[in-house]
Amino acid sequence: MKTFRHCLIFVSSILISLFSVFGSANADGHKEFKLGVVTFLSGPAAEPFGVPAWNGGKLFIDLLNAGNAPAPYDKVGFGGMKITAIPIDESGGATKQVQEFRNLVQRDKVDAVLGYVSSGDCMAIPSVADELKALTVLYDCGTPRVFEDASYKYVFRTAAHAAMDNIAIARYLMGKGYDVSSIAGINQNYAWGKDSWKDFNVSIKKLSPNSEIKNELFPKIFAGQYGTEISALMNSKAKVVHSSLWGGDLQSFILQAKPRGLFKRTQVVFSAGDHVMPGLGNKYPEGVILGARGQYGMMAPDTALNRWFYKAYMDKYGVFPAQPPYRMVQGLMGLKMAIEKAMDNNGGKRPNKDQIATAFTGLEWEAPGGLVQMKLGNGHQAIQPHAIGKTVKDKDGNITITDIVRYSANCVNPPNGIKAVDWIEAGFPGSDCK
Amino acid sequence: MTHKFYNNLIVQSIFLMSVLIIVGLFIPNWLVFVITKAIAYGLVALGIVTLMRGGLVSFGQGFVFAIGGYTAGLLGTQAGLTDAVLLLFISFLFTGFVGLIFGPLLARYRDIFFAMLSLAFSMVLYGVLIKIDAIGGSDGFVLPESTYFGILPSSDYADYALYVVSIILTGIVSVLLRYYYNSTPGLIALAVRENELRVEYLGASAFRVTVLNFTIAAGLGGMGGALNGIALGHIDPEFSYWTTSGEFVFISILAGYLSVPAVFLAALLLELVRSFSGRYFPDTWQLILGVFLILSIIYIPTGIGSFFKKFMDKLNKKKNE
Repeated sequence: MKTFRHCLIFVSSILISLFSVFGSANADGHKEFKLGVVTFLSGPAAEPFGVPAWNGGKLFIDLLNAGNAPAPYDKVGFGGMKITAIPIDESGGATKQVQEFRNLVQRDKVDAVLGYVSSGDCMAIPSVADELKALTVLYDCGTPRVFEDASYKYVFRTAAHAAMDNIAIARYLMGKGYDVSSIAGINQNYAWGKDSWKDFNVSIKKLSPNSEIKNELFPKIFAGQYGTEISALMNSKAKVVHSSLWGGDLQSFILQAKPRGLFKRTQVVFSAGDHVMPGLGNKYPEGVILGARGQYGMMAPDTALNRWFYKAYMDKYGVFPAQPPYRMVQGLMGLKMAIEKAMDNNGGKRPNKDQIATAFTGLEWEAPGGLVQMKLGNGHQAIQPHAIGKTVKDKDGNITITDIVRYSANCVNPPNGIKAVDWIEAGFPGSDCK
Repeated sequence: MTHKFYNNLIVQSIFLMSVLIIVGLFIPNWLVFVITKAIAYGLVALGIVTLMRGGLVSFGQGFVFAIGGYTAGLLGTQAGLTDAVLLLFISFLFTGFVGLIFGPLLARYRDIFFAMLSLAFSMVLYGVLIKIDAIGGSDGFVLPESTYFGILPSSDYADYALYVVSIILTGIVSVLLRYYYNSTPGLIALAVRENELRVEYLGASAFRVTVLNFTIAAGLGGMGGALNGIALGHIDPEFSYWTTSGEFVFISILAGYLSVPAVFLAALLLELVRSFSGRYFPDTWQLILGVFLILSIIYIPTGIGSFFKKFMDKLNKKKNE
């Protein structure tokens, strides 16, 4: 009987606390824009992506709410509406995320959701978003399939998909005259790794038909130990080793491969290699060719907007911003521009979801990483310019990036209506690489 | 007495189902969805509870959960079959059939060996699903919208339609399971849990009962997987991952093996705690969830079902006096 009472107290205290929190969360205002922000706050993708992205997002939202961002982002919040952000942890898999998304939309009644690093989540969310008619901005995930396999009305991706990363690296290797007669790859055994490797090796084959594949390694995600893989890569004697590893896996790989001389013996290319630079510092190897999934961080263009963002982030967090904060800020800027455009079209009144979605379609805006254009997926998928560079030690002994080559968005992204894989296999028809 | 008991049971179930269906019209949409999802998880956990009655715990119910989900998903995308009721039923039958094939192999093991072997099967399936690019690999794929007897409900009522289907389904399954639990093989399962050797000496087959239980558990798991997939509109290999299986085990421990409705209540409780802690403590939600799990294991070791049973016993005692 005693346990029964205990338990009753326990269960009811949980329910009471839940409902009291829930009840108090109903503050609503006409001048407020509720934004659900979903990104990794725990798990292996938190430290390299989720947390720095949200740091950048928080910083930018605070600056927007204070009206302290430079033009054209100088209006307070989103078109005068203060932004209230509700952060949600992305970890736990797509099943959990669909439910969290529903909770954000139906329980918290957010005006928009911005988020998703994982491709699996980006595949799962859009159909629910359209079903619930919820404005959704995918800010980071890589898979091209989101808008290639389907079309959505209320879903937008404000960053280029992953095909660009690998096409640009292939073009860089060719353009700079590297020997690509034999290539090898080490990529994680899931969609991201397999797609990245396929995009890369097909691109290389198209640009240099005699190139031969020596070794294709697919260690499982979060393996952490790469001793055997490094031996295999050393033995294969491939001229170029490609990898799309990220986060802790990339750090482990670098730390294990560097003492064994892999980076000295062969040309290593990382399709998304910059986000571990703040963590690794000078332990990052020299002579590595890398992309940042856009013109981000050390490869960002020298514009007033970028200088402002770089400095604001550096001042606040003490490290330079790598790709994640750039991508989240890019998404927030796009959303802000879409809302303000819709507001203008609506005579200065608060626009509804449909008006924002219409304004968002095909939108273009200037972000710290360059001009973002919603050109693919019938105006729902962004393309952006890209940059590839090579690491080098500067005179103070710090690792930095030189030999940066910039690619226009149309050079490394497929045109509207053709799948990225088909475009690569057709030999990049219609690409514009001035 | 038994006859009256079942009559009562059916009347009670129909009453409860109608109440829930009517209540569904008035509760907010998110809660409708959370309940539907809790029912999906509850169905799988009910399978584990069925096994638990025979003294076994499966750490690999994700195996059947994923098979059920992928069956419904592939029928939807490849064969164009979108009727929710039909998909749930086919997934139930198909996964039950799979259970019948794997059951005899697993039924030879007990305790941790059974748990680990079932876990191994689920992780093998996970590995295979991740490698099949044709069905999306690790990203999974999107299911078409479900229809109900040929009608495609508008998006405002889609959640409610699935909710009604799942409530009715659960009602029927719950009643049938109560029949089964009180039947000869159902009671033999309890005896197997106590002393397998004696059961064999008395002439009953522990092996057969275990296979039967496993088949039922598989069918329920498949139906839960299909329901979950249809509700989410998306399926990925995570369905078969060990953390998913772990959740089912937790739900069944929280519920205990004494009561059928307790399983669904436990699933709902877990969903609610998880979603509210994720909402209000985005950085530390796992901690909150962990504390909840520890507290409930310390204070309710026999599960929520034990209250139900105590309550019913008390009621019966009063009646008899």
